[in-house]
Amino acid sequence: MPVNFMPTGADYFRILPEIIMTVAGTLIMLIEGWLGENKRRNLSAFTFVAFAAALVAAVAANSRPGLSFSNMLIVDGFATFFRVLVIAVGILSVLSAVQYLKREHAESSEYYALLLFSVTGQCIMATANELIMIFIGLEISSIATYILAGYLRDDKRNNEAALKYFLLGSFATAFLLYGIAWIYGTTGSTNLAVIRTVLLSGGPERNVVLAGTAAALMFVGFAFKVSAAPFQIWAPDVYQGAPAPVTLFMSAGPKAVAFAVFLRVFMTAFAPITNRWEPFVWSSALLTMIIGNFAALMQTNIKRLLAYSSIAHAGYVMVAVAAHNQIGVAAAMFYLAAYAFMNIGAFAVVTHFSRQGERFVNIEDLAGLGWKQPVTAGLFAIFLLSLIGVPLTGGFFGKFYIFKAALDANLVWLAILGLLNSAVAAYYYLRILVVMYMNEPGEATLSIQPVGAGIGATLWVAAVGTLVLGIFPSVLLNFATNSSALVK
Amino acid sequence: MTLLDAVIFLPLLAFLIVMALPKENHNAIRMFSLIASLAIFVVSLGLIGSVWSAAPGRFSFENNHPWVQTPAINYHTGLDGISLWLVMLSTLLTPICVLISWRSIDKHVKQFFGFLLLLEFGLIGVFCALDFFLFFVFWELSLVPMYFLIGIWGHDRRIYSALKFFVYTMAGSMLMLVAMIYLYEQAGTFDYTRILAGLQSGSISLSSSEQLWLFLGFFIAFAIKVPLFPLHTWLPDAHVEAPTAGSVMLASVMLKMGTYGLLRFCVPLFPNAARQCADWIVILAIIGIVYGALVAMVQPNMKKLVAYSSVSHLGFVVLGIFSFTQQGFDGAVYQMLAHGISTGALFLIVGFLYERRHSLDIAAYGGVATPAPWLSSAFMITMLASIGLPTLSNFIGEYLVLQGSSINFRWTVFAALGSILAACYMLWLYQRVFFGKASEDLTHHMPDLNLREYAIIVPLIILMVWTGTYTRSFLAPISASNAVLLGPIDARREIHVRATPPRVAPGDLAPELNNAR
Repeated sequence: MPVNFMPTGADYFRILPEIIMTVAGTLIMLIEGWLGENKRRNLSAFTFVAFAAALVAAVAANSRPGLSFSNMLIVDGFATFFRVLVIAVGILSVLSAVQYLKREHAESSEYYALLLFSVTGQCIMATANELIMIFIGLEISSIATYILAGYLRDDKRNNEAALKYFLLGSFATAFLLYGIAWIYGTTGSTNLAVIRTVLLSGGPERNVVLAGTAAALMFVGFAFKVSAAPFQIWAPDVYQGAPAPVTLFMSAGPKAVAFAVFLRVFMTAFAPITNRWEPFVWSSALLTMIIGNFAALMQTNIKRLLAYSSIAHAGYVMVAVAAHNQIGVAAAMFYLAAYAFMNIGAFAVVTHFSRQGERFVNIEDLAGLGWKQPVTAGLFAIFLLSLIGVPLTGGFFGKFYIFKAALDANLVWLAILGLLNSAVAAYYYLRILVVMYMNEPGEATLSIQPVGAGIGATLWVAAVGTLVLGIFPSVLLNFATNSSALVK
Repeated sequence: MTLLDAVIFLPLLAFLIVMALPKENHNAIRMFSLIASLAIFVVSLGLIGSVWSAAPGRFSFENNHPWVQTPAINYHTGLDGISLWLVMLSTLLTPICVLISWRSIDKHVKQFFGFLLLLEFGLIGVFCALDFFLFFVFWELSLVPMYFLIGIWGHDRRIYSALKFFVYTMAGSMLMLVAMIYLYEQAGTFDYTRILAGLQSGSISLSSSEQLWLFLGFFIAFAIKVPLFPLHTWLPDAHVEAPTAGSVMLASVMLKMGTYGLLRFCVPLFPNAARQCADWIVILAIIGIVYGALVAMVQPNMKKLVAYSSVSHLGFVVLGIFSFTQQGFDGAVYQMLAHGISTGALFLIVGFLYERRHSLDIAAYGGVATPAPWLSSAFMITMLASIGLPTLSNFIGEYLVLQGSSINFRWTVFAALGSILAACYMLWLYQRVFFGKASEDLTHHMPDLNLREYAIIVPLIILMVWTGTYTRSFLAPISASNAVLLGPIDARREIHVRATPPRVAPGDLAPELNNAR
């Protein structure tokens, strides 16, 4: 039992990113009152700087890895990877939202403050070494995201999205909390390492049935957050209803970090009872891929299509979880980074194209974009090809590593079915390409405005990221491999 | 950096330059694409000498460079007698495709020529890759430009055909990817030469059921691409709807990716499984030969007719590969080359006709020979080559295949039907299009070949005659490489064989062939 609860300097250094973002978010809310209408747009610049500072702090924190705050938090390669990822997602969300908010006449401080708080919560999740911290981080992140989903409060679709997300999300979180209570009751601890030790030991505390139930309950909570079947129902409605830049954010950041805690909890605390949860994750992975891909075949709304595609991609990452080996962890890390880039890129195009009030969100509206705005369409094509998994894009290498991990773990059938699924997926992504390049321009395309600076920057960053991960995957993969050992 | 790497990457460079050119200046784009592709062809001529003089079993211009550390993926390329002519075919046909598209493509010119060059990059890469992963990368990469070529510049049902083409191939590729990764798990490397050596020396051991499943994983991917009956249904759609340049590249080079894969990977790596399945595959190949020819006969659409004739001709290639004999292998590779030239030329001439009359229906023609005698002669020679007339390209390949496969399989006799039927559908096509009395209207729209068209078709006709008569200049490196591939498989020969005819010495012309002529 630690006697001294006073945090040391190193403790503060390790959570510097969270501190920076919390302070910045609070400041934004405080100073908004003093700012005139015109100056409010400087808030985006301020948020950008805060994120950039947090990014530097997160990278710097990795130079002093270790546990802090009485083993409640851990800074290791895995945590750093996801902290950097979600902060980068935050930066791109700011960049792509500026133009959108101006268009919708909704420039206010809340958007940026909520974004900062949400990312703070995600950073805490990434570093949490303890179930209560995970829960706190999850709640900070989720509550901010619930509000963001309903950000345009006069818009009916936004309200629907936020309400659905909030109600179902709370329900799922309750399962998670219940699971935490069970495992605490069983093992007497909420610390992941301690839980693992207890489950490994042969003592009377080792009640596999109780621990398995706890794992199942927590699985429900996590599966909801990553939108894995059968808890994926909310995703299409919420993704479709929420403002486009928020969807961009939701599909990349919170999802990636939910997988991070999923992996950390199940690969450390619940590793001793792998044989109990592996079949469930296996079936969930397969079901997720099938539901996502086959439902996406029938969509006409592009946001909804990308929502189902996001479910399908969650299924691919679940395959890596089901593989429950180190290669699987590294593969999931790589995939989530690649997915963040390509998906942010795709949603940035949707944000750009949809126009005021998101009038143009049908696939057919994109007709002829390839000839009207060749650069935007070309970048979109790169993101779509990456989502299909064509070589020389990040999506391909990600998929390759995931299915390699699955074969390493002898999940041959899961690998075959998963890859055949991705051939099905090719169809609906190609349909977007068909419309963009092979149809005559319609009203939506002819009235299109030039791409704004923020979205342009997002698109280029995402495209460069996608291609770099596809051509030189080692830059990221080596780091992921080195930090994939979760059991210390 | 070897000469081969230059040939692989120059098309990519040319693609990037075309994409950077201003899109309004159509002529500059066409001119640049022509000069670039011709330059690549000239550079690629330099490849021939080294492959000729290389020791059998060695790859020329080998380059092995690490790409990704974990899992170990290398940029490993090289060229031997099997891949040499397929690379040459790609580099030769690209400038020809640029020429045939000179006038007929007038919308989105920049993207069209860009995709053509990108396609060349993918195709050359496929035939040179000696690392499975690299092979897969090029294999998938070549899909994308072809998808756009069909989908954007194709005819009425282009979108359906392009999607079908992509998804069909993708489904096969995914099975190949699983097999590839599984093989990596067993062998610890993606390197083709090392896996082959390991399997042959026994340092990598696979159980017989593993061999069978891996074989099937690769085989289905390749069979879709060939296409082997009954997986051929994407092909007529894709061919008919594609623009002329797309059809040419598809028929002449892309289909060979499948047969090349069978010959390079499937059979040498899993010889026992290949033998186990050989009877079924040969039967499918023979069905394909006869079925393709019969269906070709009743087509009212010229392009569709040529497309089905491809199904038939490619059946010969598969037959040759699964004969496990020197003649069969040689014939298969020779047929790949010959089919590339003759069918490419057929599609080009159909393209000439289409540019004049804007119809692919046979019924829309008749009596073309009167206003356009040179065009008719060119078609005549090409058609005869396609039928397999002695002294023209296809004869050599088909003969060797029939000879080689008849050693092991009696049913091969039915494959010869394909050659007879080919004469029927081709001659009938010729009769309907070129003979008879030309209508006033047709005569008006049917000028004879112009200079550009001569430049397109004459080199191919020269090649048809050359490959049909002076076989030695093409067959020697093919035989040498095939002998090396066949050696270890031959040694494990189990049954089937009664009397093996004398093996063709590397670098020597098949003796049977001399007798035949």
